[in-house]
Amino acid sequence: MFKDPDARIVGREAWGDYVLLTFDSPAVSALARPGQFLMVKVADGPYPLLRRPLGIHLRKDKTLGVFFKIAGEGTALLARKNPGEALDILGPLGKGFSVDPCLAGKTVFAVGGGRGVAPLYFLAWELRALGASVKILYGGRTRDDVPLAARLRDDAFDLVLTTDDGSAGRRGFVTAALEEEIDRSSPVLICACGPDPMLEAVARIAAERTLSAELSLESRMGCGFGACWGCVQRVRVEGQPAWVKICEDGPVFPSGAVVWEKDAP
Amino acid sequence: MSDLGVDLGFLKLKNPVLAASGTFGYGLEFGPFLDLDRLGGFVVKGLYYGPRQGNPPPRLVETPSGLINAIGLQGIGVEAFAEKVLPRLRTLKTAVIVNVCGGSEEEYVRVAEFLNGCEGIAAYELNISCPNVRTDGACPAFSPERTRAVVREVKRASRRPVITKLSPNVTDIVEIALAAQEAGTDAVALVNTFLAMAIDIESRRPKLGNVLGGLSGPAIKPIALRMVYQVASRLKVPVIGMGGIRTGADVVEFMVAGARAVQVGTANMVDPDACLRILEEVEDYARRKGLGRLAEIVGTVKI
Repeated sequence: MFKDPDARIVGREAWGDYVLLTFDSPAVSALARPGQFLMVKVADGPYPLLRRPLGIHLRKDKTLGVFFKIAGEGTALLARKNPGEALDILGPLGKGFSVDPCLAGKTVFAVGGGRGVAPLYFLAWELRALGASVKILYGGRTRDDVPLAARLRDDAFDLVLTTDDGSAGRRGFVTAALEEEIDRSSPVLICACGPDPMLEAVARIAAERTLSAELSLESRMGCGFGACWGCVQRVRVEGQPAWVKICEDGPVFPSGAVVWEKDAP
Repeated sequence: MSDLGVDLGFLKLKNPVLAASGTFGYGLEFGPFLDLDRLGGFVVKGLYYGPRQGNPPPRLVETPSGLINAIGLQGIGVEAFAEKVLPRLRTLKTAVIVNVCGGSEEEYVRVAEFLNGCEGIAAYELNISCPNVRTDGACPAFSPERTRAVVREVKRASRRPVITKLSPNVTDIVEIALAAQEAGTDAVALVNTFLAMAIDIESRRPKLGNVLGGLSGPAIKPIALRMVYQVASRLKVPVIGMGGIRTGADVVEFMVAGARAVQVGTANMVDPDACLRILEEVEDYARRKGLGRLAEIVGTVKI
């Protein structure tokens, strides 16, 4: 991992509250793996104080991208950055999805809710390069929350789109579509990122069918590299539930290891 | 070139910039981002005798120019520290200070006694001021009697210098600092975090799992500076100042107020190489002012 204080922004796209920033950072890009994240500085001064953790959305040679939703002051400032400006990033951080050569020729599902689609795009490209067949299940509340649908189609990914209100794709939760699609395409692995209730449902669905699933958890973070112990999730470690650092031991965890609040001791 | 060295009497530091406990992990986490040997030293995360799980999340809330944390001293305990971490810290050419915690006077003593048997530690920092291990924020540093008792017991057990870290959440921090001095502390470090709170107005729930937490970051700097000034004016033992330091100018301010050395905390979390940038800024100041020894400025505030 590195600090790159001068990752030059080369592209910016926005769809309502969703923004994609791309920037050049050869050193960080060279090491980036799907599911890893960056800590991105949003202001030069002390306010807002902390960096924001953002999953790596894409990598193309020396260029990296982050895709995020404006959710507060920090991301609003970040959304105003323009090509030519420098981003100050730390990364790549955390442990990502397993992109294993043995997945070649197999079907992998990538399930994303809202901004949770961010790391799945990078993952889908890496899996495709490996020869895996990727199906992306992408859900949001309304059509405004699934802005990347057109891009995923253009990239010829097998896409299942859902919205809670039916304004785009199938009506209903992405996890309902997941259950239907599992019966149709028998994936060997499910990779998911999104809000906790969605991840919990993915974990349940995978467990019921004894499928492997890897979940990328979201959390506010202090440092992002394991020093402050500010971001923790209850995870079974050698069978025992323990508070584990999301930034360092995750953000991707095997779904069976995650202990959800309702099951907490 | 100015001499940046600091003499605490019991410990010589190559420069006055230390990284503060709780924000610097066990030190090794920062290896990828900076040359640890360039630091004046660092204080590792607080250690209880055994491993400790800490508080339920959320553990952090960002506030304007500040951060409220309620980690609850999650940590690996002294045995794992001695076995897995310390051997790797021993190769460093910087002062490694261990933050000593305890749920009781006996536990503080047990931790110190265990660490007495380990090499590679420059001093103990006695953590009697963490606001996050009880839900009401109370800690030994709230009372001069308890401060005296813990410091006296640890001093008696310790074969190393003891730095007592004080809480700002008291009516008169000078009284507590004097109690620590009387009990034999070799130095005081101040301040720990300010007891604080944040509420989510949609759910009306506290934003922290522990309800209360400790505020750090630039927001607290002026209050911390005031306390360092008050304590340094009255104490004979060295004062190590901290609270919201993020620039070389902040370091100079604390030193002029009376701090012999400083600790950088929250800034490490934002910029893992913050200590080195800050050190370079201090060096620039010393050069600009033509100081032969940076330490000349300690306690020189002109009132």
